[in-house]
Amino acid sequence: MGRTLSEKVWDEHVVRSMPGEPDLLFIDLHLIHEVTSPQAFDGLRIAGRTVRRPDLTLATEDHNVPTVDWDKPIADPVSRTQVETLRRNAEEFGVRLHPLGDIEQGIVHVVGPQLGLTQPGMTIVCGDSHTSTHGAFGAIAFGIGTSEVEHVLATQTLMQAKPKTMSVTINGSLPPGVTAKDMVLTLIAHTGTGGGQGYIVEYRGQAIEELSMEARMTVCNMSIEWGAKAGLIAPDQTTFDYIEGRPEAPKGADWDAAVAHWTSLVTDEDAEFDAEIVLDAGTMTPFVTWGTNPGQGVPLGASVPHPEEFEDIQDKVAAEKALQYMALEAGTPMREIKVDTVFVGSCTNGRIEDLRLAAEIIQGHKVDKDTRLLVVPGSVRVRLQAEQEGLDVIFKEAGAEWRGAGCSMCLGMNPDTLAPGERSASTSNRNFEGRQGKGGRTHLVSVPVAAATAIRGTLSSPADLESAVAAG
Amino acid sequence: MEKFTTHTGVGVPLRRSNVDTDQIIPAVYLKRVTRDGFEDGLFSAWRNEPSFVLNNEAYAGGSVLVAGPDFGTGSSREHAVWALQNYGFKAVISPRFADIFRGNSGKSGLVAAQVDEKVVQRLWDHLEENPGATVTVDLESRTVRAGEGVEAIEDSFDIDDYTRWRLLEGLDDIGITLGNEPDIASYELTRPSWKPATIHAG
Ligand code: SF4
Repeated sequence: MGRTLSEKVWDEHVVRSMPGEPDLLFIDLHLIHEVTSPQAFDGLRIAGRTVRRPDLTLATEDHNVPTVDWDKPIADPVSRTQVETLRRNAEEFGVRLHPLGDIEQGIVHVVGPQLGLTQPGMTIVCGDSHTSTHGAFGAIAFGIGTSEVEHVLATQTLMQAKPKTMSVTINGSLPPGVTAKDMVLTLIAHTGTGGGQGYIVEYRGQAIEELSMEARMTVCNMSIEWGAKAGLIAPDQTTFDYIEGRPEAPKGADWDAAVAHWTSLVTDEDAEFDAEIVLDAGTMTPFVTWGTNPGQGVPLGASVPHPEEFEDIQDKVAAEKALQYMALEAGTPMREIKVDTVFVGSCTNGRIEDLRLAAEIIQGHKVDKDTRLLVVPGSVRVRLQAEQEGLDVIFKEAGAEWRGAGCSMCLGMNPDTLAPGERSASTSNRNFEGRQGKGGRTHLVSVPVAAATAIRGTLSSPADLESAVAAG
Repeated sequence: MEKFTTHTGVGVPLRRSNVDTDQIIPAVYLKRVTRDGFEDGLFSAWRNEPSFVLNNEAYAGGSVLVAGPDFGTGSSREHAVWALQNYGFKAVISPRFADIFRGNSGKSGLVAAQVDEKVVQRLWDHLEENPGATVTVDLESRTVRAGEGVEAIEDSFDIDDYTRWRLLEGLDDIGITLGNEPDIASYELTRPSWKPATIHAG
């Protein structure tokens, strides 16, 4: 019988396989950041161990770095200690680090692909759950905890039980104005947050093939939000074109050998998945969340649901709690919800295409007077590219804040946070209670919805801007 | 890692589903570079609410958490496991755990016992009617037990064989893997030359 894409990649990385034990998998690339690594390096030191393959390891500073005054010492002493600890560990163990101020610094999941380090058929791990982003290239990529970070540092391998396989086929084409973010939010609302539990998911079908590389990353990024172990997409010409010429991409004869191998990384016709989901992109619309997990979403044109609408008792209770936390009344049209802060950024939507799209919508408009718009590029390279294209000027003229690279308000570990009770429309991936700051209320949205919301002050799509112009 | 065979301690009914790791410990608490001291951050937002279960004296010394489905979703932060352990929890019982959380628990020695949703309902009712009652998590026989007589609750739980064995023996994964170092070395010899590297010789 044929094999699926993920089975092929998995099999290529098995170092040792014994009945009754998890497989020992070789790891091609280990990404590291300041938050989940200090205790792992400490563990190595205590046991007198070294980093087995510093040449397959890359560190960057992203989660807690400031996005203003990044040329000055970090003001918060605890954050500073954590960043300094990473710098010391990188130096002591010989790991390549892109620190704050370096031109390659940025969110770890933006930096890997941008350098060309993320390639098809690899195994990639990082002490961060959104490592699934790299699956967009046809790699098996997943988040690990700190003990596993230490395990990979010491052995360049991980013990992993082989997950089941699932295919998510998205047929048709996305209508204009509907993005990869809407696609994945629709999927998660369909499956619930636990729907992918125990599976490696392959996204396929016409709508997936039509996505750009950056949009594919948006989809794979959110695999973890419906519980999947990893999500991946078969590499194709779009993938190869994106990688070619990047600093760490193979060159010359190596490039030809690599592409020849990558081309074989597709699911065989006669392969079988353990589970399958089929959706139609043609019916998708801008999609936003109303609750406190990414599965609690509805189309922008809909209203806040009533807890009674949920059949499952757990879902009902969860909806009641979410509405209370979000301070929302069931039945309120989503479009009437007023937003205090709009955040454009994160490893979900902080790449150059996202910023171009946001700028295109915002150009010629002003940010609503009661709303704050924060635009945070995913990496220094993205920031410089945007500045070269004049996008920063468009944002600033509209009244937005243009920031330095990092995770920023995605998780509120640095000074960019929501105040208690404040409401945001955010292009990031998690709307958990307090995720963007204690008491903060988050609506997950696409880039176009974020941009239009910043202008109108209430959850909106770009179409609402046009109708306002037509009416007024 | 300490060996775990069986544990009996005060059960804490956490009547919530989808308890994500941002709830278990918010990001602002993750700045420490050690593995201890995270108990302050455990469920920090909820601990401000007087009605929160851990603010009830009867449950404050709890060591067995009984939670709803999809416990530990979200971020990969192992700090969530450490925070639970630092507080004093030895085991968490839930109908469904997020993968990364389950993995992290196994590595750190916290038992993540997966039971049927009905068992959780019964444990919740029992622990709420008898605040301070204990729950036993027996890893050897893979059972959870609480209550006595006709009220007694006893059921099996799921945990994968390998993790169970490691917890029972108190074994460190890295030591086990390094025992197979020759396998890693011979695998490395087979990797194609075009695979990317972060550091280049010369
Ligand atoms: S941007 Fe957000 S989700 Fe992405 S790595 Fe940073 S904190 Fe995690």
